[in-house]
Amino acid sequence: MAMPAAEIEALIKAALPDARVEIRDLAGDGDHFAAHVVSEAFVGKSRVMQHKMVYSALGGRMGGELHALQLTTAVPN
Amino acid sequence: MSDTNQRISQIVQGNDVVLFMKGTPLFPQCGFSSRAVAILDHCGVAYDSVDVLQDMEIRQGIKSFSDWPTIPQLYVKGEFVGGSDIMMEMYEAGELQALLQEKAVAKAS
Repeated sequence: MAMPAAEIEALIKAALPDARVEIRDLAGDGDHFAAHVVSEAFVGKSRVMQHKMVYSALGGRMGGELHALQLTTAVPN
Repeated sequence: MSDTNQRISQIVQGNDVVLFMKGTPLFPQCGFSSRAVAILDHCGVAYDSVDVLQDMEIRQGIKSFSDWPTIPQLYVKGEFVGGSDIMMEMYEAGELQALLQEKAVAKAS
């Protein structure tokens, strides 16, 4: 079992307090998620930088414990 | 610079468009890699690929090389562009096509 969605959301919000986080369980198996993160902190940042901010919030779990997290990021409109 | 970093650097500098992936374009071994291949095929550009499953040193080394935790990874003219998610976001926004055009990469034959 990878990580529960609530824990993913909590980790992201701990690092990006203003973030709006939507998490979808893609396969219904608790192991393949899609996350959409909207935060003011992304303003002026490249897509790669925005994703890296989320990955660092997840504390190095990306690619290990968290294999399948499909991520999209956006700035508030 | 470690031997692995040197090898990666040569691959990245030596190819206009290179995708580090799991498996090959014909037989991708992971959903994210397969999506990255589909995106590049839709862009219609020539590209090289490296199957990281065949080379554990590169599989780990590429993550520190780009400070990016996952595979696949796309490089265009020596620059890290992103993983599968970013390729999709850029493709949907037309940014990936614009980048490939701007960098004047060869079309697929």
